Amino acid sequence: MSTVPATFCNPKEIAERRARSSPPKISMFTRMFFRAAILRRRRAASALLAMVVAAAVATAMMNLYVDVQAKLRGEFRNYGANVVIVAKEGQSLPADAVAKIESLMGAKILAVPFSYAVARTKVGHSVVVVGTDFSLARRLNSWWKVSQWPDAPNQALVGLRAAGIVTPDSSSNRQPFELTFQGKPIQLTPAGVLQTGAGEDSRIYLDQTSFQNWTGITPSTIEVAASGTTVEVESQIRQLAQLLPTADVRPIRQIIEGEANVLNKTRATLYAAAALIILTSSLCVLATLMGWVFDRRRDFALMKALGASERLVNGFFAAEAAALGAVGAVTGFFIGIGIAVWIGHANFHATVVPRFGVFPYILIGSVVVALVAAILPITMLRRVQPAIILRGE
Amino acid sequence: MFPRLVYESFRHQARRKLLAGIAITLGVAVATATIAVATDIGDKINRELRSYGANLVVSPQEDTLDVEVGGINLKPPSDGTFLNEADLPKIRGMFWHNNIVGFSPMLPVTVMVGRGNAEAKQVTLVGTYFNKAITFGKETVTTGVKITNPWWNVSCGDGASSRPDQAKAQSRACNWPSDDSENILIGEHLAPKLAKHPGETLDVDGRQLTISGILSTGGAEDDQIVAPLALVQQIIAKPGAVRRVYVSALTKPQDALAVQNPKTMTPEVRDRWYCSPYVQSIAYQLEEAIPHSHAEQIRQVAQNEGTVLSRIKGLMLLITFAALFASALAVSAAMATAIFERRVEVGLMKALGAGSVAVSAIFFAEAFLLAIVGGIIGFSAGALLARQIGRSIFNSQISIQPVLFPIILAIAVIVTFAGSAAAIRRAVKFDPVFALRGEG
Repeated sequence: MSTVPATFCNPKEIAERRARSSPPKISMFTRMFFRAAILRRRRAASALLAMVVAAAVATAMMNLYVDVQAKLRGEFRNYGANVVIVAKEGQSLPADAVAKIESLMGAKILAVPFSYAVARTKVGHSVVVVGTDFSLARRLNSWWKVSQWPDAPNQALVGLRAAGIVTPDSSSNRQPFELTFQGKPIQLTPAGVLQTGAGEDSRIYLDQTSFQNWTGITPSTIEVAASGTTVEVESQIRQLAQLLPTADVRPIRQIIEGEANVLNKTRATLYAAAALIILTSSLCVLATLMGWVFDRRRDFALMKALGASERLVNGFFAAEAAALGAVGAVTGFFIGIGIAVWIGHANFHATVVPRFGVFPYILIGSVVVALVAAILPITMLRRVQPAIILRGE
Repeated sequence: MFPRLVYESFRHQARRKLLAGIAITLGVAVATATIAVATDIGDKINRELRSYGANLVVSPQEDTLDVEVGGINLKPPSDGTFLNEADLPKIRGMFWHNNIVGFSPMLPVTVMVGRGNAEAKQVTLVGTYFNKAITFGKETVTTGVKITNPWWNVSCGDGASSRPDQAKAQSRACNWPSDDSENILIGEHLAPKLAKHPGETLDVDGRQLTISGILSTGGAEDDQIVAPLALVQQIIAKPGAVRRVYVSALTKPQDALAVQNPKTMTPEVRDRWYCSPYVQSIAYQLEEAIPHSHAEQIRQVAQNEGTVLSRIKGLMLLITFAALFASALAVSAAMATAIFERRVEVGLMKALGAGSVAVSAIFFAEAFLLAIVGGIIGFSAGALLARQIGRSIFNSQISIQPVLFPIILAIAVIVTFAGSAAAIRRAVKFDPVFALRGEG
């Protein structure tokens, strides 16, 4: 008798030990929770994999859906100006109009001034001469095919058809030529030839300073490339109209409507494709998870046989599914962001900014799909006696 | 024995087969729909890109310079050479005539409006086709600015709507003029300057022409008058004269071959170049079709549509891969689940002496049947889905290539096999004793 330590029989001690060794009820729950994942890690891993893939695909699609529109809008800005500002009849644009626009709008828009004059060549042909800012015009009109951009004063960019008039006999097109405007002559060196297939081919372009020194004409037109959605462009047009009360601010409908048309169709297609893909991957999760839960009908039966209440069993499976959904959503989200960034890089040669805003949708969606996948087989099993399941029938 | 096993399996386990079958059907349907959309999207977007207007312009070979500032043409009307209107239907006889969406001739001239009035004004009058029927050979097509310039808009102008008493009378008048009428459209910025409204007449070089509407384009035409081509030819007394033709064509994005000079190509390369709908080769063919002409791409439109098109096509390709991947995964998951549930059966078969090969054969045969049935139903459902997408988004049919059917079916079988393979291998390897005792 003395071999047994007295402390063993001390009810107080026992109570204390019990309190130490047997964790509270919630702990049993967590233990089952983790043991289930560890013991059946293959099945759990395949269910988790399905979850991760579905969440990743959904994240990538949602990211792309938002981002592709912005990227495509960027592509559409290569079409050049979508807004044009011209002086109202009998009025002129303020001299600092471009500076004013830039200080108001900043980097969101690109404003390029143009001034026009009709000059005469030596042999008496009329030709339109345009003064502009070459560095800005180059950014605005990326489709201009230019053999060489002028980089010094009094160097001209000569349109393809105008080149045939002003320098008809020189093969290199580098011969200086003379133009007169209202009796004032100017000597210009052609720097390069401009080819666009439109009205620009008939014109000669000069930098604004040289042009103004020669003709005294200030810019009469400002071409503006406003970026953003249709609503943003409209508000930018209103702001510009307020800023320049002496000018008419007109949208270039050809560009704006063309862009809206193509973008709407692309967005709708993308939306349909994204919806289909998300549906398919949810189905994949549903199939895998249902199999996983169904496969554990013995656990279910055993828990019930040991006296667990219906609510506890349901709660247990639901919690498991929800946890699986959440873990899958988080992992899948980051993988999906990676896929979206890669697609943006591969297709648009630009970085896709991760949209963390879609995370709640992915999380909620994953958990809901997981819960549905868990509840369906449980409701089916509830009708079956635990004994039958345990006997393996 | 083998067919009976497979048959009985379908008869008695209808629920499980149904689940796997549904997964295959849905997966195949999604794959079919996205492939069909992706193969057709290039053509569809190309057509949508035509809403940017013409991408080619044809002008006389010996053309003089345009002298135009702010929509006002400063060139005397007699100056320069013209194309002949009678040559235009030949555009329909070109090699790539099916790619020509439409074309619009333009004849800009300078006229005096409001003669006899102190406020006589020099204005550019443009003659064009609005929606004219052109006959070439046996076929008749309509073309004109309504097709090539879809952003042109004819209305009654703002002034009309604010005066309800007049709006009613004018609502009949505000319309596109017909191509053989003497009706004109005036630009929305020009109308207030002339103080004219639709329904009234305007004195153009001594002729009284009826204004049938206010034209809004957001471009130079807002300050101009637009009239039927025949009328403008009468005014300048040059029948058949056309200054330029704007052509809207479906083109292929340009690549290294497109920009080569056709004169220096070998005959073989030249044939390939000629028979590709590059904007350059269509320009070349336009020059062939219309005598004494020079055709050129309008770089603003032509250069950019290639980039936009290839971006959208690339995007759809990637999305198609994503869809195929997701469908493949869904099918494999369903198949794996269906097979995993049947370990007891495998155990029994093995205990009765079946070899791994025989057991696998049964499963693969079942998978094959499921894939074929699911593939056929899924293909039809996917084709319907693609049609629905085409109709609701692009207002046109998305054609399903018949060659897609065997490809889709083959993919369905391969994916089903691949999805089942791992599960079958595990099921076959499983010790029959454990399986039969229900410890798995």
